[in-house]
Amino acid sequence: MGEIHLTGHPASPGLAIGPVAVLTRAVASRAAKDDPAQEAAALKAAIEGAAAELAELIATVHGEAAEILEFQVAMLGDDALAESAYEAIVAGTAADDAWRAALDAEVAGYRAADEEYFRARAADLVDIRDRVLAGLNGTSAIAKISGDSVVTGDDISPSTFLAVDWTRGGAIALASGSPSSHVAMLARSRGAPMVVGLGPLPWNGQPPSLALVDGDAGTVIFDPQPETRRLFEQRLAAANAARIAADAGRLKPALTADGRCIAVLLNVAAPEDLAGLDPAICDGIGLVRTEFLFEGSRGLPDEDAQYAVYRRILEWAGGRPVTIRTLDAGGDKPIPGVTVDGERNPFLGLRGIRLSLARPEVFRVQLRALCRAAVHGTLKVMLPMVAIPTEFDRANAMLDAEFDALKAEGIACARPPLGIMVEIPSAALCAEDFAAAFYSIGSNDLTQYTMAAARDIGAVADLNDAGHPAVLALIARTVEAGRKRGAEVSLCGDAAADTRLTSALLATGLTVLSVSPIAVARLKAVIARETA
Amino acid sequence: MHDANANRAAQTFVPLAASAVLVNPVGLHARPSVKLTQCAKGFVAKIEIALAADGPWTDAKSPVKVMRVKAPQGATLHFRVAGPDGDAALAAMLALVHDGFGEA
Repeated sequence: MGEIHLTGHPASPGLAIGPVAVLTRAVASRAAKDDPAQEAAALKAAIEGAAAELAELIATVHGEAAEILEFQVAMLGDDALAESAYEAIVAGTAADDAWRAALDAEVAGYRAADEEYFRARAADLVDIRDRVLAGLNGTSAIAKISGDSVVTGDDISPSTFLAVDWTRGGAIALASGSPSSHVAMLARSRGAPMVVGLGPLPWNGQPPSLALVDGDAGTVIFDPQPETRRLFEQRLAAANAARIAADAGRLKPALTADGRCIAVLLNVAAPEDLAGLDPAICDGIGLVRTEFLFEGSRGLPDEDAQYAVYRRILEWAGGRPVTIRTLDAGGDKPIPGVTVDGERNPFLGLRGIRLSLARPEVFRVQLRALCRAAVHGTLKVMLPMVAIPTEFDRANAMLDAEFDALKAEGIACARPPLGIMVEIPSAALCAEDFAAAFYSIGSNDLTQYTMAAARDIGAVADLNDAGHPAVLALIARTVEAGRKRGAEVSLCGDAAADTRLTSALLATGLTVLSVSPIAVARLKAVIARETA
Repeated sequence: MHDANANRAAQTFVPLAASAVLVNPVGLHARPSVKLTQCAKGFVAKIEIALAADGPWTDAKSPVKVMRVKAPQGATLHFRVAGPDGDAALAAMLALVHDGFGEA
């Protein structure tokens, strides 16, 4: 038999090679009693048994895994789940058929959901269904799977995933499944490569014996030819060596193979992201998102509360530059009391700097807090979603006014340099026209506004490609404008952490990349291999 | 017996209503649903949720039914509460939503 190449969607990164373990559905073999009362009692016992099994399993795991199982326990403990099954039993249906029909209806409801997240919960309901069915049939719910296998099947339940020791190098290859499923989250946190959406697995009867899984590319090769396998094993060995080297190189500055120095900065969504991190792994912070301050029940944060948080981040950085972005609400980030409800297309609406300029009473408080924090380190302030120079000029004048007011009141303060995020094509094309102190390219929005495709809409996600020549041309144009004006240009979107794009990004002339802390080691290792 | 009393009690209280926007990522998903129902079960009052001010209403004490609502991020969640501890129940529900169920 020739090797089989399948392409799906990456759900958890990494490479793996292993024997194929096919998930099979246990065939029900149960002698139903002809008595509805006995059948109802059997179902009740099976549900309670399943809940007890889950409670036992919860005691052996923690964190995310425990919460996923607690969700299943809560669902099982709710009479509404089995309501229609009990009704069918009274009408004469066998307990297992009644339960299966009730849960299949529930599962169908989830599969029909608009949101990927809710569709992905179908796997949890299937897990619950099968655990109770196994109890009714008196069989074991969970197949024993060796942790070095490539587990294949239609979908995999959280219980099955949790029963496997993934430290042994196994992986998951699924015909359907979702990158948003609970199992995908768990696979990412446990480092198990996973590919979903491979489509119908093309074999009848005898399954393949070996599989190669590429969780970065979203591809799987079954029954590889010896040469294919040898090449894959080389990549696997190189990836392992790179990971070990990357972890060692995390604290060193990033230098390309031909000696260019690249600054690697951190993206931070909340001060907690910095807990336990050594500032030496980075050359500063390239993006502090401030939306977290405005969420929650305490209303809008006052000046002192904001100042305290900004100061803490500057003190952590110990003199390294810290770029804080002013509130970027709107679009996919609604904030009660600030953003406008009911916009037809919020991504093209009142968001980012547009919203801040429309709500000066909120914006001024943030600018004052930033000026006060600026005395505690090297602060830069960045405006999101700027389209035209007037927006920058107005914000710049407001920053001056707040700085002057603080000074007049005798309050310790400094006037931080003000820059813009380049995420709208107009700002990239006309970057030279802005009086900004620096530019930071937000590649996520720049890509979606250039390609007119959102990455969370599956049908058009392929178009949302930060490596498209049009996006790269806008980045290069911004870099060139920065060079002419003597203003620094950095890139702080997800493209910075996508190491497949590193060569292309550095080729535009970029020398500053900002990524989430977890991506630092890998990015530095890739930069070290770069030549001009 | 107890249920009958609780129902009678609920009917004599004026229903309270309020709404809040779901701010946490991906909305009223598995973990928030569990938190919401656990919190709701701590009150005697009848507590219901809906995506529109005029319903349809869903029992906030049933995780199965709350998950069926599939309320996404950014949706406005309406509450209807009736019972002797209605005020406290409504305040607790709104606080949970405002806090993004602790995951904002």
